[in-house]
Amino acid sequence: MLLAIDWLFILEKFALILIVVMGSLVIAMYATYAERKVAAILQDRRGPNRAGPFGLLQPVADGLKLFFKEEIIPDFSSKFLFILGPALAMLTAIMTGAIIPWGDKVQLFGRDIPLQIADIDVGVLYVFAVVSLGVYGIMIGSWASNNKYSLMGGMRAASQIISYELAMGITMIALILVTGNLSIKEMVLQQQHGWWNIFYQPFGFLIFLICAFAECNRTPFDLAEAESELVGGYHTEYSSMKLGFYLFAEYINMFVSSVIMSSLYFGGYDLLPFVDESKWGLSANWMALIGIAALMAKVVFFLFFFMWVRWTIPRFRYDQLMNLGWRVLIPLALINMLVTGGVILYLHK
Amino acid sequence: MGITTIVFFILSAIAVMSAIMMVVSKSPVHSVLWLIAVFFTISGHYILMNAQFLAIVNIIVYAGAIMVLFLFVVMLMNLNVESEPMKNYRIQLAGVVAGGSLMLVLLSALMKTDKLMVQLKDGDVGLIRQLGRVLFNDYLIPFELSSVLFLSAMIGAVVISKRDK
Repeated sequence: MLLAIDWLFILEKFALILIVVMGSLVIAMYATYAERKVAAILQDRRGPNRAGPFGLLQPVADGLKLFFKEEIIPDFSSKFLFILGPALAMLTAIMTGAIIPWGDKVQLFGRDIPLQIADIDVGVLYVFAVVSLGVYGIMIGSWASNNKYSLMGGMRAASQIISYELAMGITMIALILVTGNLSIKEMVLQQQHGWWNIFYQPFGFLIFLICAFAECNRTPFDLAEAESELVGGYHTEYSSMKLGFYLFAEYINMFVSSVIMSSLYFGGYDLLPFVDESKWGLSANWMALIGIAALMAKVVFFLFFFMWVRWTIPRFRYDQLMNLGWRVLIPLALINMLVTGGVILYLHK
Repeated sequence: MGITTIVFFILSAIAVMSAIMMVVSKSPVHSVLWLIAVFFTISGHYILMNAQFLAIVNIIVYAGAIMVLFLFVVMLMNLNVESEPMKNYRIQLAGVVAGGSLMLVLLSALMKTDKLMVQLKDGDVGLIRQLGRVLFNDYLIPFELSSVLFLSAMIGAVVISKRDK
């Protein structure tokens, strides 16, 4: 049999991918709007309020503006890599969405459609792989710009991401010890029936949260684009929509890490802890809708938290950043892992 | 010929092409990037054998960590095409002979094996549950020994970097 494929399955997955990618783009778009509004509220201003009601069309206007700006590719840059950089940044930002369970399942046309693009055995590791690939977009773009400031920004971003990945990985080991599983779907299911992981791993979550800030290059760890020292950081030479891609990738990363944190520690699409929602007797589609709404509520809270921190805490110095990563977070994560392992061993004996 | 075979041939073609490009390209940064492409195609092969764990770890370790450090060094040292020293003709010849004989040995070894060495598509050897059982039951001592080896390499790196002070 040549090409014996379940075409409906392909169609279903394709639709899901389209929805997830479009959804993350739209949410990231409105995250830029929310960022400006939150900043405005924290600084006692009004924020964008001209385009559309409450300034709701502002992100569209921003996007159009970026598209119509002149596109400048420096003569002294290596052109292919210069374009590849922002493309990779965007790609790696979107890729994580593939393994996230957005909800349980919906029933359409007599088919059970799970609201997850791929339930792979090693979901958590996949997240790590994509996060570690996220460095390339920044590094390649910064090097291809052929500009010292860009290169400095890129190197900072890369070393920061690598350093904080370690602590993040070790906290994940502790979480995996608790759940005994690497599939994110399984983790969410466990949390639905029992307690949320935040109750088992409050300390681990704290470390994970700090690392997530560093991985997204967000304030207080946004040294890669410290405008006071590096002009604009790794995207100094970029203009037009390629600059937009870099800035936009940051918001998608924020969104994705919010989803990951909600899924790993706060029950994902589980509405309430300690409550078995399946006993309410609602149909699968309603449950899916409630699940997605619950997940999105958690995500919106985390997005707000990202912004709240950005407009509250000033930027770290570079040595402080490295000290925090290597001398504080990694030892703490190791202790957390050892204690978790010890407790699990004790309880099983 | 199922879809798995077709994907296998496409991946292999890309892998071989990227490997050749890695050797041929003049700029070190391009070489590193082509090598990363090779790692991705190898991971693709692992996925074809349903060895999800191996595929992901291959990407995390090689593409995500080692090659990032390579890229780091190459970018910071700013190695350009001009600054690369002309290699000795004899060394190049020796490299060709050595590489060619390695390929010969590998080919002859692979020709003699069974036709079905791996299970495409539905194998479960590479799944994490299976792999963990094998590693921690059958190969516990070698596994722990190799961890100690890595630890000693890390300590060695720290010692070397501290020596100047």
